[in-house]
Amino acid sequence: MNARAEVDAAFARADHVGAWRDGLNILLAGDRETAGAEAARVNTSGFLANTPVVVKDNIATTSLPTTCGSRILEGYVSPYEATAIAKLRDAGAFVLAKANMDEFAMGSSTEHSAFGPAKNPIDPTRVPGGSSGGSAAAVAAGITRIALGSETGGSVRQPASFCGIVGVKPTYGRVSRFGLVAFASSLDNIGVAGATVTDAALGLRAIAGFDPNDATSAKVPVGEYDNAATDRLDGVVVGVPREYFPDSLDPAIRARCNVALDALRAAGATIRDVSLPHTAHAVPVYYIIAPAECSSNLSRFDGVRYGLRIEGDGLRGMYEATRSRGFGAEVTRRILLGTYVLSHGYYDAYYKKAQEVRALITRDFTSVFASGVDVLFTPTTPSPAFALGAITEPYEMYLSDIFTVTANLAGIPGMSVPIGRVRGLPVGGQILAPHFDEMQMFRVGFALERANLAMGDA
Amino acid sequence: MSVSHNDVRRIAELARIAVPEERLESLSKELNGILEHMESLTDVASAGAVNESQGMRLAPDVGPSVHLERRPADFAPNSRDGFFLVPRLSTHDSAADAS
Repeated sequence: MNARAEVDAAFARADHVGAWRDGLNILLAGDRETAGAEAARVNTSGFLANTPVVVKDNIATTSLPTTCGSRILEGYVSPYEATAIAKLRDAGAFVLAKANMDEFAMGSSTEHSAFGPAKNPIDPTRVPGGSSGGSAAAVAAGITRIALGSETGGSVRQPASFCGIVGVKPTYGRVSRFGLVAFASSLDNIGVAGATVTDAALGLRAIAGFDPNDATSAKVPVGEYDNAATDRLDGVVVGVPREYFPDSLDPAIRARCNVALDALRAAGATIRDVSLPHTAHAVPVYYIIAPAECSSNLSRFDGVRYGLRIEGDGLRGMYEATRSRGFGAEVTRRILLGTYVLSHGYYDAYYKKAQEVRALITRDFTSVFASGVDVLFTPTTPSPAFALGAITEPYEMYLSDIFTVTANLAGIPGMSVPIGRVRGLPVGGQILAPHFDEMQMFRVGFALERANLAMGDA
Repeated sequence: MSVSHNDVRRIAELARIAVPEERLESLSKELNGILEHMESLTDVASAGAVNESQGMRLAPDVGPSVHLERRPADFAPNSRDGFFLVPRLSTHDSAADAS
């Protein structure tokens, strides 16, 4: 199809599934005319020629606003675009629309958006996951085959699992963060949601690569991830970390994981029990480091230069009025938590301690990979998609990320592939790989997808 | 370690976020609830796991200037002496009249 036809088909689909505010609320901005103008600019000989892509609303675009799901950036249009967007255009793809998200990427359900919660297209009484819920839902609803999201604690993999699609977190440094609104700079990544492993692989191939505008960007060659598949997995060692299969794991999820492991075994892989002993500390470590870094990154939203400004009593009053009215409850909670753990008297006990334990978590991975394990396999989430409004206690929501935060803390790549249905709802299996070994990760991902487990019931 | 109302007032001030008095109780409860889960870290043997002087490896900042797709004139029409001028606060209007 040509670009115009792609635009029309995608918007027709979006309208048909009710993607907008009065329906699933998975898209925040986008229209045929703007998308058409973007489509006209693409490199038509790129490997993703004329491919529409939905983009999470914390990735800077110049054709549409970038709100980060927040009142404090409502209507804000960036003067520059993210490197990932420019790279998509080089590959032939274009921005179709901006996706709903938890405010400033803080959340696991897309219920914390200032513009209303998004709903899961599989079951609209349930959440699509978060914080990249809109992106994952757009792919699940068939609006686009590829969407960009962001990952700080699992925010592409977890919604991918909840929506029954593929979600990829690259190695930290693999994809430029230039133009990704910073939440926690040592943890943030741009990630890819795809209808299939091939779609996700093509999306990553398009956006990956060294960028001099990102001081943490890695000078590592980008692979042809879409060509990572092999007929068999003979010689591949898949580690199964026992800490990700606790006694309390939902038996139905455990059952689907066992089916997935059987499929990998049948393809020739060797399955090996391993241990990642510091896994239990990952959530507390993450919820010290991420809020600490966010409290610093979000200090720039002060009503002075851009975004919302609400006057108060003088300058100080303006800062306080703008920030308390512009930020939602979860963002406020995390900024305060972050400020606390960095403050005088608490820095050593919390932040410094958390960074030390983070180093131990990273070491767990590097040791296991050095011992001859090629990839790890785990459940992506401890449950399928929960009902809207079901989880209100902050820490209970944080536990949704229990299997995904470790990859962000260690910087390793991870992907979620659909492996079946639990009580009628999709669940994902997670593949974790060593730093910069996305080729191996995709190879195993392709094998899992080939086994055709996605519609199997537990 | 427990977050008191005064602690919440203090960190809200540091974070430049106005927290109304009636929110202090619920916020301190929420923060304490979260921090309780962090107590498990105190028992983890981790001394020396990180070389503090290292920090994150950052490439030197030597790249070209950032290309702006939108001209400054479109989003920041006022400037003086090489600085962008942002809209003045109403509380500063009287100061402006005086100068």
